[in-house]
Amino acid sequence: MFTRKSDFFFLFIAVNLCALLLFFLHDVVVHGNVQTSLREKSEMVERLGLTDLCLFTDARYTRHPAMADLNTPFQDHPTALEHFPSGTLEGPPLHLRSK
Amino acid sequence: MRLLNRQRNIIDFTLSSLLRRKRKNTALVLVYTLVVFGLASVIFSTQALKHEACSILQKSPEVVIQRVVAGRQELIPASYIDKVKDIRGVQSAQGRFWGYYYDSTVGANYTLMVSNEPSGAEGSMVIGKGVARTLHAEKGDIVPFRAYDGSIVTLQVGYILSVQSELVSSDLVLLTENDFRQITGVPKGAFTDIAVMARNPKELTIIAEKIRRLFPDTRPIIKDDILRTYETIFDWRGGILLVILAGAMLAFVILAWDKASGLSSEERKEIGILKGIGWETSDVILMKFWEGVVISLSSFLLGCVFAYVHIFFASSALFEPVLKGWSVLYPQFRLKPYIDPLQIATLFSLTVIPYTVATIIPSWRAATMDPDSVMRL
Amino acid sequence: MIDVMDIRKVFNAGRPNEFVAIDGVSLAIEQRKITVLKGPSGSGKTTLLGVLGCMARPTSGRIILSDREITSLPERFLTEIRRTTFGFVFQQFNLIKGITVIENVILPAYPSGENPVVLKKRAMELLSLFNLSQKALSKVEWLSGGEAQRASIARALMNDPEVIIADEPTANLDTKLSREFMEIVSNLNGQGKTVIIASHDPIVYDSAIVDRVVEMRDGKLIAGATEK
Repeated sequence: MFTRKSDFFFLFIAVNLCALLLFFLHDVVVHGNVQTSLREKSEMVERLGLTDLCLFTDARYTRHPAMADLNTPFQDHPTALEHFPSGTLEGPPLHLRSK
Repeated sequence: MRLLNRQRNIIDFTLSSLLRRKRKNTALVLVYTLVVFGLASVIFSTQALKHEACSILQKSPEVVIQRVVAGRQELIPASYIDKVKDIRGVQSAQGRFWGYYYDSTVGANYTLMVSNEPSGAEGSMVIGKGVARTLHAEKGDIVPFRAYDGSIVTLQVGYILSVQSELVSSDLVLLTENDFRQITGVPKGAFTDIAVMARNPKELTIIAEKIRRLFPDTRPIIKDDILRTYETIFDWRGGILLVILAGAMLAFVILAWDKASGLSSEERKEIGILKGIGWETSDVILMKFWEGVVISLSSFLLGCVFAYVHIFFASSALFEPVLKGWSVLYPQFRLKPYIDPLQIATLFSLTVIPYTVATIIPSWRAATMDPDSVMRL
Repeated sequence: MIDVMDIRKVFNAGRPNEFVAIDGVSLAIEQRKITVLKGPSGSGKTTLLGVLGCMARPTSGRIILSDREITSLPERFLTEIRRTTFGFVFQQFNLIKGITVIENVILPAYPSGENPVVLKKRAMELLSLFNLSQKALSKVEWLSGGEAQRASIARALMNDPEVIIADEPTANLDTKLSREFMEIVSNLNGQGKTVIIASHDPIVYDSAIVDRVVEMRDGKLIAGATEK
């Protein structure tokens, strides 16, 4: 006479879990392509001697955070406030914080 | 079976009860999902980036020696290289040329780098996909560069680096040593820094120490430092992420507040009725439990599914303006999906547990009282 | 069947607004009989019904149900007894608003974990018994007074209890519906159910089918309660 609401709920949960499972499987399936891409990047890092990911190209210390030192953000001015938006996302590297 | 039926029955009633205030509860689920979506998106993207960085950068130089003058990075003399090679444990030491070039026509920064890529041909360069996009350049195109002395140096695009490698190569301009010197004015006998490979990777700290003693004006950076940079990038403890986290916490508290602030008299009366018609305290508590779970679990799952699609299929489309910042050149990349179970478990706990508890606790007293007294209240 | 001995029920004990609802009531309810508690409002009828139906614990006194003392049973056992033995019809019907009639009727049986198909069937049977089949999927707010009362009776019968307890069932009904209600009670009694009704409505306590009328005033039984 009427479908049960709890069945809807369980179905909803099941669909979501299935979606997550599908994503997981998708990862496994495209693993090959992803591995190739990773390998390519790794090889390029090795070949060119790269030290950083190209994520933020607006400032020197955001483009190469691993190469930056504590002074780099202040090279423009001793009391330079953070004026690059990506600086708010990237904190200073750990090895600079502890020293 | 009986247990399952009991849950199904109670969930039926819970859902009917929630559907009585359709608009309010739909809005609640929507907002909740949005918060989970935002938080989960941040978690997925930062974790995946960190993970990918750590695996890709395993092959980066083991030690990079920078020269520091008056606190600023300066060019390093070529004469340092031979002395570094003599240090015990050093397998090889090479001078590197790299720097930045600001293209005023488009407002973009490129990373200039000398490598063997363009097969040594003068006047030829290899560019990253991001550079190609910014300049609308194709293979064979001629691109002018403004040199340090005001003159123009033209380079021809030899080929464009692949899309797959954009995460590391998007803004690269690879050229010959001569072309690099022509554009940047770096004199002969100087390098940007020195890349060192060691025989035994475990000795990096010792080698770095030796380099520092040998050349006190240098700053050696070992590979561990490079990797750790990316482990702590996007740290929760600072910057915009802290704000996001605080905002999300606040949102969870506010959403749970409505529940936690107590039962309305109508709700209390209903609990009394349920008890009067034969529901036990545990049944009432179970119903409240499911009431909390239905809302929070649905939001959690929906938020996570959408976040996954957003980050790994749509390449963090919504975050692009934030991540791009003031960069004109922004790499396009598909992250390798990586989920940190611990962070997801934490998100789950934050999403589901407080809300469910906030739903159950206020009902506890009413659920345990005699139905008679509850109905009189 | 139900024996209560020297029951006292005090509300807000020790506080300035202390109120003694029942003051030393002893009563024996016979099985398969229709008993009416008669008295003005404030006499303690509703409270006594609550005590009889295991809805409220007395402040002092003993309750024996079918030769079993239930006065100090833990709440869990008490609730189970309440669920299986008693069906309550409240004065204000107390149907849960916003959900359908049939859901209201099935509600008492939800926690039992019984097969939902079986439950639905039983609920529909009860609704058809009271001519409410058409209204099964309507929200309870759409029911008329008489229909709502019949729905609440149907709900009370869901777990097939031995005892039906009704509190001022005719308070919100006209004469015709009140008489119909007494007919339903007669049928239920005919099926072997014990019925206890609290009412100050003559249609109820003067009805021919009532076996015993117990008069109450100010929380006490009036001596010489009429027997029929």
